[in-house]
Amino acid sequence: MSQQNADALDVERIRGEFPILEREFEGQRLVYLDNAATTQTPEVVVEAMSDYYRETNANVHRGIHQLSQEASICYEEAHDRVAEFVGASGGREELIFTKNTTESENLLAYAWGLRELGPGDEVVLTEMEHHASLVTWQQIAERTGATCRYIRITDDGRLDEEHARECITDETAIVSVVHVSNTLGTVNPVADLAALAHDHDALIFVDGAQAVPNRPVDVEAIDADFYAFSGHKMAGPTGIGCLYGKKHLLEDLDPFLYGGGMIRKVTFEESTWGDLPWKFEPGTPPIAEAVGLHAAVDYLEGIGMDRIREHEESLAAYAYERLDAEGDVDLYGPEPGPDRSGLVGFNLESVHAHDLASIMNDHAVAIRAGDHCTQPLHDRLGVAASARASFYIYNTREEVDALVEAIDSARQLFA
Amino acid sequence: MALGSDMYRQQILDHYKNPRNYGELEDPTFSHVGENPLCGDEIRMDVRLGEDEETIERVAFSGDGCAISQASASLLSVELEGKTVDELLAMDRDDIVDMLGVDISPMRIKCAVLAEKVAQDGAEIYRGELEAEKTTTED
Repeated sequence: MSQQNADALDVERIRGEFPILEREFEGQRLVYLDNAATTQTPEVVVEAMSDYYRETNANVHRGIHQLSQEASICYEEAHDRVAEFVGASGGREELIFTKNTTESENLLAYAWGLRELGPGDEVVLTEMEHHASLVTWQQIAERTGATCRYIRITDDGRLDEEHARECITDETAIVSVVHVSNTLGTVNPVADLAALAHDHDALIFVDGAQAVPNRPVDVEAIDADFYAFSGHKMAGPTGIGCLYGKKHLLEDLDPFLYGGGMIRKVTFEESTWGDLPWKFEPGTPPIAEAVGLHAAVDYLEGIGMDRIREHEESLAAYAYERLDAEGDVDLYGPEPGPDRSGLVGFNLESVHAHDLASIMNDHAVAIRAGDHCTQPLHDRLGVAASARASFYIYNTREEVDALVEAIDSARQLFA
Repeated sequence: MALGSDMYRQQILDHYKNPRNYGELEDPTFSHVGENPLCGDEIRMDVRLGEDEETIERVAFSGDGCAISQASASLLSVELEGKTVDELLAMDRDDIVDMLGVDISPMRIKCAVLAEKVAQDGAEIYRGELEAEKTTTED
């Protein structure tokens, strides 16, 4: 704890950078604990985007005029900066901007999966996949005749490593695994899974939507072939996501979407494709959002990703401990530790998760309740829905206390 | 912005904790099931009509889910007895909100109308006006 205190975030200062946190509902200060769904946006990001619109706005890549050149440079540099942030040494050529993690996933599944998969091929997923990857691979498998296999989870919410070794075989074409579970908070051993996939000449895609916002991620250290994440879960704007891919793999892929800005030469008969990453970014891209994401990455790195992880882990551990002490709260996922992220999934035994979220809302406490886009995982857990509190850099222990108090009032109401 | 603080008034909590007409009828004229994927609510409505094949004589419901969906089903089961099938089919979202007697937040309205929709779909299937295996509020 002493080290944590020495390195602790200046939460008060950070909160001052997020004006939305000052909102009150019927006299109660907002307690925002739905960060795994979307994080709030600091002033520096909002300002970077509004400055862009005030001073630089133009379309990219095609204009000769000064504004277009400036906008193009902003947009291109954002690729390099975000690539650097996740350890992609190839810079912009290895970092594609998409709409969100889901589109990144679809890009890969359509561009690579439709061409490469066939009967006899296996796509290996996990029981804790988000629908973004589960549904996408399920549908691409159905079209191509490939089969999906799911690595089981253990009762404590970790991946069953023995079952992983059974599932990943020479029949495996690709492993698609979530880095951090959005429901359980489990941090999966993605580097080990990448090594296992590569031992069998399979590729690995990692869904990093819940990892990049709150811990240092190095795609090359993981040896991920592809890695996806979203801007709006990491203090950035909505409307922009990323797909990292190893350069030689991206070079080999055909485009997923077609249009302007991604071509080299077009005749009435045929087209050839532009360079990386532009061949995957047709049409007018999210330029202001790229500027915002660039600012968000600078902002997060200014705080320090290790410190962000420690802050989140410490809040999650405190929340876990307090909820566990309640006695009638079922907690999902591993106990606090290095393989547990800063979100806590739970159910109050006597109150349905949606009722709980509604009552929490009466106390201005914003949490998530539902299936969290992991219906098969909820089937596996044997519950229809769960509640989830998820933390970020501006959350405090007092807000965890407010969460527990709101749970107490829900319990009393339903007693 | 107002919070939905009034959603869990005594009537709703009472019907949730002590549901009326909970169970299944032995001889329903029609029976139908439905779900609200948002909350994972599931409801089965059994309806027995009188000899005129119009008047609702008995209603029972079963299933589980959030307090709003279950209380709504319980209240509806009481409300429907003595009504005609035409009256059931004429009910809309506002009738359910009136019946519940509280403001239902927009995100939860699907929970509130599930039982009504299941009963209505069941009646329409019985009359041969609808073909459906299962009702869902995500339509």
